[in-house]
Amino acid sequence: MAMTITEKILAAHAGREQVSAGELIEVDVDLALANDITAPMAIRMFNELGAKEVFNRDLVALVPDHFVPNKDIASAEQVKLMREFARKQRIRNFFELGETGVEHVILPEKGLVLPGDVVIGADSHTCTYGALGAFSAGMGSTDVGAILATGRTWLKTPAAIKLIYEGACGPHVGGKDLILYTLGLLGVAGAVYKTLEFTGEAVDRLPMSHRFTMANMAVEAGAKNGIFVPDETARAYIEGRSTRSGRFYRSDPDAVYEREIRIPVDAMEPQVALPHSPDNVRPISALNTVPLDQVFLGSCTNGRLEDLREAASLIRGRRVAPGIRFIVIPGSPLIYREAVKEGLIETFLDAGGVIGPPCCGPCLGGHMGILAEGEKALSTSNRNFVGRMGHPKSEVYLANPAVAAASAITGYIASPDAL
Amino acid sequence: METRGRVWKFGDHVDTDLIIPARFLNVSDPEELAKSCFIDLRPEFAREVRSGDIAVAGVNFGCGSSREHAPWAMKAAGIAAVVAKSCARIFYRNAFNIGLPVLESEEAADMLQDGGRAAVDIFRGAIRDMDTKRVFFAKPVPEFMMEIIQSGGLLPYIREKQARGV
Repeated sequence: MAMTITEKILAAHAGREQVSAGELIEVDVDLALANDITAPMAIRMFNELGAKEVFNRDLVALVPDHFVPNKDIASAEQVKLMREFARKQRIRNFFELGETGVEHVILPEKGLVLPGDVVIGADSHTCTYGALGAFSAGMGSTDVGAILATGRTWLKTPAAIKLIYEGACGPHVGGKDLILYTLGLLGVAGAVYKTLEFTGEAVDRLPMSHRFTMANMAVEAGAKNGIFVPDETARAYIEGRSTRSGRFYRSDPDAVYEREIRIPVDAMEPQVALPHSPDNVRPISALNTVPLDQVFLGSCTNGRLEDLREAASLIRGRRVAPGIRFIVIPGSPLIYREAVKEGLIETFLDAGGVIGPPCCGPCLGGHMGILAEGEKALSTSNRNFVGRMGHPKSEVYLANPAVAAASAITGYIASPDAL
Repeated sequence: METRGRVWKFGDHVDTDLIIPARFLNVSDPEELAKSCFIDLRPEFAREVRSGDIAVAGVNFGCGSSREHAPWAMKAAGIAAVVAKSCARIFYRNAFNIGLPVLESEEAADMLQDGGRAAVDIFRGAIRDMDTKRVFFAKPVPEFMMEIIQSGGLLPYIREKQARGV
């Protein structure tokens, strides 16, 4: 029987010829991930299970990124617990400050995720790796604690929704806009338990960074995973990053989808998600003037080098509007270094921006840019729930890096065309 | 196993940031987390909730972050069961894993009133409105997940399996 790419990956990891939507299966995990918020709880579960050693010390990644550099004593204790566990278990992929960055940015960068892998992380945005043609899904700490001990987990094989993006994106429109538009269409519960399979000529043309952005936000529709069929762009990305080669699955032409949705993109404008939900999406021209207090460029959604380049290309030679706090956080030390070399960091500094160390920053209201009551921010991140970046009466608008740049310059939410 | 308590009613799409905001995630002890549970949505919750109380919600309860701190905070605060129209995938899984049962029933979620009293029989999937005496039945839970709840969560379930050599 015909299978989708997701079904093929899951079948291979369940030791089966065939799986189909709705089946409960047990799969081998190629990489288990946790961060400084979720790892301490996963480690507690691992210990409670009476396990002595992790299932494979090379297939575990522990990434302190949410509250680092440690924002207070309590978070320092969490990272310490994680570090000590990594040392004791001789886990190579624990990333200390200086090496660490946003988990979903650095794992692909370091070649730890390849096409055809099953990756389970105690972080909802683990679905990001679907951009490379891997099956990846977020779970909780107990599930990941059990995986650390056994290397296996159970799953319900998801039904799939096929999204077909037709045409080509215009200037300053890209992966972020496609996914925001899609969220507006599906709603935040539109794909609960399902796979979002991203296809079509418009996404075939997108570079990896934009595909990561799209897969990253699959969970905002409630999806279990988001996935792209890996192509030459994916092959070129993994080249030289790993000693493994990956497995390039494709969906069968007659694979079964629960729904197929065609999305023409030629005339699409930059999209903005208004407070307080990622599916509350409008084209930018439909917005009234929204004056801002802060603009954040970064996160596992849009903290990659291409994102910084696009923003810098608009900001070069201009100044951030008075009263705007413009925060830029490169997603990894490598991106930071490249951004310095290319002069992007200088551009942001010249404009009046501030650069943070690679970490999640203000995205989840942890530190490095918390909002006060009544303040409004435009962010390139993935969630704008009530209180997400600070005070429950603050507001977050989500958009792409070019809109972030234009908004930082004008002081209100602006299309790059406004510059 | 029947649990009885006060109904705490919530709306649709209550995300895990509302169940417990990230600013409180610098600890992972459930008792500590319970102190900040629903703090931005129902500031009185942590103070007034009693052991055995029932959380009732609309669609897509627990969407957003995978933080298991959310069901832990609810459980440690005293919540004995969640009745919702539907739950987000990761929250649903996390809740069962830590031994917090979730029952999905649109009718019960509509009819139960905030501040009212309800009884939940987890194994029969029965939800009783103790004020109106009406009884609702939840969507059946996969047998395998009921076994997890019977064991008290994923870890005791795995330990039992290991002890039986399965």
